Amino acid sequence: MSLASSWRTRKFRLGFVGEICPQCHAKLFPPRDICPHCGGPAKEPLAFSGHGTVYSYTTMSVAPRGFEGQTPYVAALVKTEEGPLVTAQLTDVASDEVFIGMPVEMVTRHINEEGDDGIINYHFKFRPELAAAAKH
Amino acid sequence: MSVMRPLRSVGLVGYGAYIPRYRLPASEISRIWGGDEEGTVAFKSVPGLDEDTVTIAIEAARNAVARARIDPVLLRAVWIGSESHPYAVKPSSTVVAEALGVGNACLAADLQFACKAGTEALQAGIALVGSGMAGYAMAIGADTAQGRPGDALEYTAAAGGAAYIVGPAEAGCATLEGSYSYVSDTPDFWRRPGQNYPRHGGRFTGEPGYFAHVLSSVRSLMEGLGRSASDYRYAVFHQPNPRFPERAARQLGFKSEQYSPGLLANEIGNAYAGSSLLGMSAVLDIAQPGDRILLVSFGSGAGSDAFSWLVTDTLPKRQSLAPTTRAYIERKTIIDYATYLRLRGQLVMH
Repeated sequence: MSLASSWRTRKFRLGFVGEICPQCHAKLFPPRDICPHCGGPAKEPLAFSGHGTVYSYTTMSVAPRGFEGQTPYVAALVKTEEGPLVTAQLTDVASDEVFIGMPVEMVTRHINEEGDDGIINYHFKFRPELAAAAKH
Repeated sequence: MSVMRPLRSVGLVGYGAYIPRYRLPASEISRIWGGDEEGTVAFKSVPGLDEDTVTIAIEAARNAVARARIDPVLLRAVWIGSESHPYAVKPSSTVVAEALGVGNACLAADLQFACKAGTEALQAGIALVGSGMAGYAMAIGADTAQGRPGDALEYTAAAGGAAYIVGPAEAGCATLEGSYSYVSDTPDFWRRPGQNYPRHGGRFTGEPGYFAHVLSSVRSLMEGLGRSASDYRYAVFHQPNPRFPERAARQLGFKSEQYSPGLLANEIGNAYAGSSLLGMSAVLDIAQPGDRILLVSFGSGAGSDAFSWLVTDTLPKRQSLAPTTRAYIERKTIIDYATYLRLRGQLVMH
């Protein structure tokens, strides 16, 4: 991730902030210039709840550059509470524990870094829902 | 010197904890290094591959915001105390503030004072809100502490953190009665720039370090407030191991039922700047209105902050708004020494 990209996307990467279309009220993630539903300009930020379920997933054993040290890890499509489908890593879970429909929640984690002297990139990921734990 | 009190009464309006899920048993370290695990902790928490002080601080801070039920934009300061900030130069606090959705009109800084850095941030937050300069301030203590392989510190150097939002007393879960800070130049523990691991000054660790500072801050605070140990329902101490806080607590007249609920070291190790603040969050999870809580930190180098808090009627309504400290302690995956080395980035990949 370039410095410019890292800076430009900081709110959506760190805070899981999408948009709500001011014309048709569709909830959008990631944020974009034009609403894909009505074609109008989409500029209104919306902090997503961070809750969703696993729609589909795969275990990455051969990782792209920058992620080699993390294998095996799970990449998933997460159906957010607000509707949009989001691609993200799952964390704090072994690949054989994941199932389609698993309730998950967003956490902000380290995702990679630009070498030993470069920027550290943080990004949203999802982990199994802790809600039950709150009732302890 | 008198007890410190702000001009305007302040309280803790929100609090939150975070502890990584991985646990390394002491028996794994002694298996590899042949050391003696007697008298140390049973387990220490270990950060995952994608966790560091920033990510720990973010989750603890989100839990604090959830309990405070305030818009993060109202926070006028985000201060993080740690000895393991991911950057030597570039603040952890701005990353955390951005992740929380705090506005740009905000103070942000990283503090360093070994294990006392988190309560130093809390003192600063109390001063900022108590002076009327800000409505709300966030103070975080978080660490991914390191110990040299085979060293006594490796048994306890752990990861975790807790976040506190200081605000007006009338909105607080617990109000501040007063605080006292006690510091001196003591060479008990240090890490020079560029060094991966800290060193400790052997005999300076106990009496001249931990005990001299902790006992002095607490005695001065209680004397200034006219309190005795029996006035407190709970007493939370910095916990580099289970023995030091137990001994200090007994010397000060506290009983097991007062200090045990906030003594987590045997289950998670020493989370450094997060250590006493996690003990405090564990106590806030179970405290009831009218309970008085003593919070005492210690940081090498050396110093101790002591605080006296009084729980309000608001606390029970906030306790279940985020995961409890106990929930994070019980969410655990036991690992072996090889996995620990991998998670700590000790394996050379290229």
